[in-house]
Amino acid sequence: MSILINQDTRLLVQGITGRDGLFHTERMVEYGTKVVAGVTPGKGGQSVLGIPVFNSVAEAVAQTGANTSVIYVPARFAKAALLEVSASPLKLVVCITEGVPTLDALDAFEQLKAAGIRLIGPNCPGLISPGTCKVGILPAQIHKPGRVGVISRSGTLTYEIVAALTAAGLGQSTCIGIGGDPVIGSRFVDLLPLFEADPGTDSVVLVGEIGGQDEVEAARYFQKHMTKPIVAFMAGLTAPPGRRMGHAGALIGGANETAVAKTEELNRAGIPVAQITSDIPRLLLSKLASH
Amino acid sequence: MKIHEYQAHALFAEYGIPTPGGRVAADAATAVHAARELGLPVVLKAQVHSGGRGKAGGVKLIKTDAELQPAAEKILGLTISGLPVRKLFVCPAISVASESYLSLLIDRGQATLTFIGCAAGGVEIEETAKTSPEKILRLAVHVAEAGHLSRETCRPFAQRLFHDSSQAEAAVGIMQAMAKLFLARDCALVEINPLVVDASGKVLALDGKIQFDDNALFRHEDNEQLRDLEAEDREELEAKAAGLSFVRLEGDIGCMVNGAGLAMATMDIIKHFGGKPANFLDVGGSSNPNKIVAAFRMILRDKRIKIIFINIFGGITRCDDVARGILAARAQLTIDVPIIIRLVGTNEAQARELLGETDMKVALTLEEGAQLAAKMVQAL
Repeated sequence: MSILINQDTRLLVQGITGRDGLFHTERMVEYGTKVVAGVTPGKGGQSVLGIPVFNSVAEAVAQTGANTSVIYVPARFAKAALLEVSASPLKLVVCITEGVPTLDALDAFEQLKAAGIRLIGPNCPGLISPGTCKVGILPAQIHKPGRVGVISRSGTLTYEIVAALTAAGLGQSTCIGIGGDPVIGSRFVDLLPLFEADPGTDSVVLVGEIGGQDEVEAARYFQKHMTKPIVAFMAGLTAPPGRRMGHAGALIGGANETAVAKTEELNRAGIPVAQITSDIPRLLLSKLASH
Repeated sequence: MKIHEYQAHALFAEYGIPTPGGRVAADAATAVHAARELGLPVVLKAQVHSGGRGKAGGVKLIKTDAELQPAAEKILGLTISGLPVRKLFVCPAISVASESYLSLLIDRGQATLTFIGCAAGGVEIEETAKTSPEKILRLAVHVAEAGHLSRETCRPFAQRLFHDSSQAEAAVGIMQAMAKLFLARDCALVEINPLVVDASGKVLALDGKIQFDDNALFRHEDNEQLRDLEAEDREELEAKAAGLSFVRLEGDIGCMVNGAGLAMATMDIIKHFGGKPANFLDVGGSSNPNKIVAAFRMILRDKRIKIIFINIFGGITRCDDVARGILAARAQLTIDVPIIIRLVGTNEAQARELLGETDMKVALTLEEGAQLAAKMVQAL
């Protein structure tokens, strides 16, 4: 079992004819994801890797029954791509694109929300339900089917942690990179309920970082509503305040946005925070044993 | 991207937000001339991209002509939070009847464009938010509506900021202008602190701060033109030009990592094992070997560096490309410190083959590399 994506996912790729879109479509197809359509305005009628390309999302959905979209278009076109989705019957859109202007992301997100469509990202690696479906750019080989849910604000750090889980024999139900931007479509608190409800997930690994209050809200949500254990990792203990650490959203604004402050909040809620990444499997196993 | 106060004031004026006016000066003589034209008293304000100007002596009320020249020279000689003061903003001194706070920003938690207000101004807004959250006013506005906000939308908020109805109406106009400015220039923050009422009852933006969204700079030549290269961290600019993210820290272990989250975690884990990271450096997703050479150059500029730890988890980044970059850097640059490499993921076997027999230390995991780096520095 898994959340958000599975064998029923019928994927549409926006920007399928671009360099990144094409490369990763190939990887997703290899993994077994059902990629049913591509969209590149002006290139309708072509086909890529045997996948039909359409001029618009509306056309692609009508012709192929796609239910999920992934976006690889350049940042300046991301808003238009997202707005096309907001006017479609799709239920889930994953925006991989990095560097989307914040007001574009916000405007599109408001319209997607009004249409009842879930957005993951932007500026994210996407998600994978190991063994069945991959949507995005995550390296498939480090994952293994299993019962741990992973939610992260980071990309490569998630790979590091997933590889550690897999090496320890802890497979994953679904791994989601939610993105490193200040405004993202789905935050920890939006996805934790899905893992809590998923019969295929026993526990969750939450990978946070400096900036914002999302981890604190996750801690409160966990305390009130969750029965499954969470183990966390917080990046940025050594980050100086007021400096942006790569991710647009990784900037310590106030004292409550530091890794130390957020670690304390997580601990207070009963979520252990690993000091080093390789400690996560051990903490998770001990939580699961006492559960 | 940050701009100076005098530039923010110019944008306020352009969008119809009343300000006291003022002149910018890059030397004391120009400042004296500007002050005499504006008429005393004036306030001299240091223009640096840093808070705490007042406490550092960067803001001074000048009442007499005799004080002008020495005060201007003194402020222009200051360094505030490591930033030398190169410009002065000379403003007419306003007699202030009351102060409040007003800003428009992106509320991350709510994912909305939000006005923040507080009738008790002139204080640290973050402090007020903590100690008396009930005093903070909030108004969320949709991006799609922000360009043409109605007076009715703004009025209840403005009326809680100002009891006087004509002042509240003035604040409504200021809010509409702030929203227009925010949208037109792709801002990340438009802040007026304090928003004052002067002795005649007029509402004015006394001090202003504007930040632009870095992600939107590609469509804002106008914002880019306001960039003060001298006021920015040169290394961060250089890194940006090379496609890297770089922040210099105080330690002696240079770090080269792919991905921001992993770069932070690498620094944290070095510290966990007793080492001191010298920098945050994200070489990014693509794996152009030239970026690796540029990264070496930046790390090695700091003479405190005793060792370099390269930690790559290849996904999109290909380990063989990183290996090519390492070889190119060793051919082009004098690298006289030990290097620890940890390369795993996409094409790691090819990378190992490329590097061949090497005098570099090879670590298999992040922890092993971080621990080794800390130990080797201690042994030096």
